[in-house]
Amino acid sequence: MSGAADFIMEHSAGGLLSWQHQLEASERFGLSLAEVEGVILDKGLLPGRYQRNRQTISQADQRELFRSRVTVIGCGGLGCYVVEELARLGVGQIVVVDPDTFEEHNLNRQLYSTPEKLGEVKVLAALQRVAEVNPAVTVIPYQKAFSAENGKGLLAGSRVAVDALDNIGVRMELAEICNMMGLPLVHGAIAGWFGHVTTLFPGDDTLQNIYGPQKASKGVEASLGNPSFTPALVAALQVAEVCKLLLGQGKTLKNRTLMIDLLNMEFQELEL
Amino acid sequence: MIITVKLFASFRSGRFDIKSCEYPPGTTVADVADSLKLPQGELGIMMINSRHVKLERVLVEGDTLALFPLLGGG
Repeated sequence: MSGAADFIMEHSAGGLLSWQHQLEASERFGLSLAEVEGVILDKGLLPGRYQRNRQTISQADQRELFRSRVTVIGCGGLGCYVVEELARLGVGQIVVVDPDTFEEHNLNRQLYSTPEKLGEVKVLAALQRVAEVNPAVTVIPYQKAFSAENGKGLLAGSRVAVDALDNIGVRMELAEICNMMGLPLVHGAIAGWFGHVTTLFPGDDTLQNIYGPQKASKGVEASLGNPSFTPALVAALQVAEVCKLLLGQGKTLKNRTLMIDLLNMEFQELEL
Repeated sequence: MIITVKLFASFRSGRFDIKSCEYPPGTTVADVADSLKLPQGELGIMMINSRHVKLERVLVEGDTLALFPLLGGG
């Protein structure tokens, strides 16, 4: 590594190392791009791709993001956008969990679905996409349904969980497991023009207040469907929450639920 | 008694955003939902005077009831 570190220091300029030099270091010293990124950040430098993060996310914070693992449960409308934004943000390890393959009715909103990818496994499409977008980020795909049985294993080692599910019962199970594991959970849900986002810390019962004791697995999305823009917006809000949780910055939506009505452009904060 | 009912998201469709409604004493949240033909399976967050409540909660004169539909999509 010390040869690589010297190479990196030598070729950096203005606190940045260019992508070309990151690639060169990887090839010359037989290191993965993630390993090179780790050395760059440990040396107090920034990979060039993050230069526009710099006024918002400090070099030390960028290193913190790279050292973090986040689990995204669901790789559909919300999940694809969440994975994309976490990868571009520079979160080092992203676990993605979803049992499904792409179907035609996903094409209106699910970022990684294309006509060519119909029938392909969603989490593998996420892996492939992140490898193109930010190859220093590691995606760990699980093509399985999240459940009370496998949940603990899927979340192990993660600092934050993201609820991008489409089933209310499973959302409640996820919240319960996160609670047991002491993990913060960023919840998002959508239906038509509408959505909500909140962040739960262990001990919070916000999801019980949102969903109550009823046993329906679907909400009004069953009749309203989901257009392209609602998941993109709600996913972006979720990623902003994840970023703050990982960096210990700002004020999260703890005990607050942001209700979103894009039809009337109303954003409302509820204390729940 | 007069109750202010506020509806949100898809519940507004074919109904209203906000309305003062007359209900008999002892009316519950579930009764109001029924009177507005809101299916109980579609009810999400329910609040009286900005506090979270359950279906069986009895309303009193002057309360403001807010009803949101259940959103579960991802």
